[in-house]
Amino acid sequence: MLTHILILMVLALALLGFWLGKRKAILAATSLHSLPVHYASYVLLMTILPASLTLAIWSLAEAWLLHDQSLTLSTTNNTLAQTDTALKSIVVIIVAVLSLFFAMQKVSPEFRARNVVEKFILAALMVCAALAILTTVGIVVSMVFETAHFLNLHSWKDFFFGLDWSPNFHGDSALSILPLLWGTLYISCVALLVAVPVGLLSAIYLSEYASSRIRSIAKPLLEVLAGIPTIVYGLFALLTFGPFLRDLFGPEGFFAVGWMSDTRSVATAGIVMGIMLIPFISSLSDDIINAVPQSLRDGSFGLGATQSETIKHVLLPAALPGIVGAILLAASRAIGETMIVVLGAGAIARFTGNPLEALTTVTTRIVSQLTGDGDFNSPETLVAFALGLTLFALTLGLNIFALYYVRKYREQYE
Amino acid sequence: MNENIISHEELAMTAPTIKISARNVDVHYDKTHAIRGVSAEIPSNSVTAFIGPSGCGKSTFLRCLNRMNDTIKNCQVSGDIMLDGEDIYDPKVDPVQLRAKVGMVFQKPNPFPKSIYDNVAYGPRIHGLARDKSDLDGIVEQALRRAAIWGEVKDRLSAPGTGLSGGQQQRVCIARAIATAPEVLLMDEPCSALDPIATAQIEELIDELRQNYSVVIVTHSMHQAARISQKTAFFHMGTLVEFGDTKTVFTNPRDPQTESYITGRIG
Repeated sequence: MLTHILILMVLALALLGFWLGKRKAILAATSLHSLPVHYASYVLLMTILPASLTLAIWSLAEAWLLHDQSLTLSTTNNTLAQTDTALKSIVVIIVAVLSLFFAMQKVSPEFRARNVVEKFILAALMVCAALAILTTVGIVVSMVFETAHFLNLHSWKDFFFGLDWSPNFHGDSALSILPLLWGTLYISCVALLVAVPVGLLSAIYLSEYASSRIRSIAKPLLEVLAGIPTIVYGLFALLTFGPFLRDLFGPEGFFAVGWMSDTRSVATAGIVMGIMLIPFISSLSDDIINAVPQSLRDGSFGLGATQSETIKHVLLPAALPGIVGAILLAASRAIGETMIVVLGAGAIARFTGNPLEALTTVTTRIVSQLTGDGDFNSPETLVAFALGLTLFALTLGLNIFALYYVRKYREQYE
Repeated sequence: MNENIISHEELAMTAPTIKISARNVDVHYDKTHAIRGVSAEIPSNSVTAFIGPSGCGKSTFLRCLNRMNDTIKNCQVSGDIMLDGEDIYDPKVDPVQLRAKVGMVFQKPNPFPKSIYDNVAYGPRIHGLARDKSDLDGIVEQALRRAAIWGEVKDRLSAPGTGLSGGQQQRVCIARAIATAPEVLLMDEPCSALDPIATAQIEELIDELRQNYSVVIVTHSMHQAARISQKTAFFHMGTLVEFGDTKTVFTNPRDPQTESYITGRIG
């Protein structure tokens, strides 16, 4: 019998249990502790859970044993598998019927089915929360293992303190994070230089000056920017903005200065990334400025301050912790951003201060190291995990600092 | 001696200087008619109390006197309000400068999230009242002394104003209003968020402030109005029902509505 038919049978039994439980509860007719639906759900859950647990354990054990026996003859293996499946189906059905029977026995007016059902729900909620956390832990652990593997094959001194990034296939690659980190930080800084002033000033305009009509139109429009996939920003950088910059600063450009040879550059990726971050900063800052109590605005106006004085001296200082938090969160997004830099920043790892030259970042190198056809166990590929882990540590640190900063200064006006 | 004092008082009563005079003031919020044809004359160097049940328009009228209603959208004020004979709703008048002259203290203490010193120095700084640092120090100290809180905060001027108790915060807010050298002080239920001891301190302070400013106070407490004010205005349903000397209003009200309110039958 196939597993999914088995599962359907257990479900049918459970539904039968639901109906029987409800009927028994209604027929009991004396004052019930819980609603009939609680007794019904109790029987349903009690039918499904032991059976599915048995099925899961059996299947796991089966996979384990068959894996060990994979060397034995395939014919014996086949008959063995058949008897095993039949036995499994019978056992699971028996477990389901027995638990249904015991659950029905339990249904009586004094039985607190409601409390039991609620405990099940609580357990389900906890399992979901734990799943999310465990996944994060799992990701970090797998990264740590691969990173350790990489550091066994490659000198950690070169990785952290070397100055060169030049992977090759002779086994003597220089794989240093520093030039990549320089690219990441440089491009992120350019992005923030664009996003912070524009985002913050538009937030001030929207929250303090704009009429409610303009606000109701402009705010959703700004937030549409946040919904654009980053690959689309990347295309914009590659096909529109990069060529535009080269037309200005290239050898045959408008200024004829020849500062820019390629369409890909720090400025191309950085400015487009900045545009991507604008709604992030403006939307968060707008909420934060709006959260400053009206009484502080009144107090300032009541002393004869103008609107701009009120914003400069009262609102912004009061909202500063939140704004700093928003900027730090934007910074950690900029550091982790991939698609825009893959398309817009170029692939040359070096230390350059010229924003019109191509640079590469940690994220683009992760992509290129893993998408090549190199041996998976070579340091040239495994370096991607070390890069990823370093990046993760960096953004995690920024996020923690942002949360800490926001919490520390948040209570100032309460 | 005695006769002399009475005659002085009588002199003051018969010829008080009018600081603010309002004539036929109406206020609309959208379609709500919040104030209907209010006319009142507020004398200088005295405390005028506005009393009345909630929603009667006393706070709205108070906020007309320094054009704070301008900051509320859809709020329309009509009628004449003269400060020292000048129409404050004249297009020539800058509401920002008017508010420096007519200070305001709010219901809930609202110190800025800055140090006590910076709170009090806020007004003088934005209006350029101090020539230098020591001048500013002097203004801050004097304002805090007048608000009767200097002794409590002089050793911690750089501590945040939000860390003080409610009554202290409110006195810092009064100091902050005084520091801009206003001529009129508007107080919108300044004691409603305070305990009885802090209330008593603020009341005492208001009585002292009368010597230098005209004080207009909105209050829910009739006892407070009776204790600290010289003039009392009773508002009901957006109209000014009765306006006169506090003693007369409380002991011998002209209008039956005032009498009902004072004796606790309405409101």
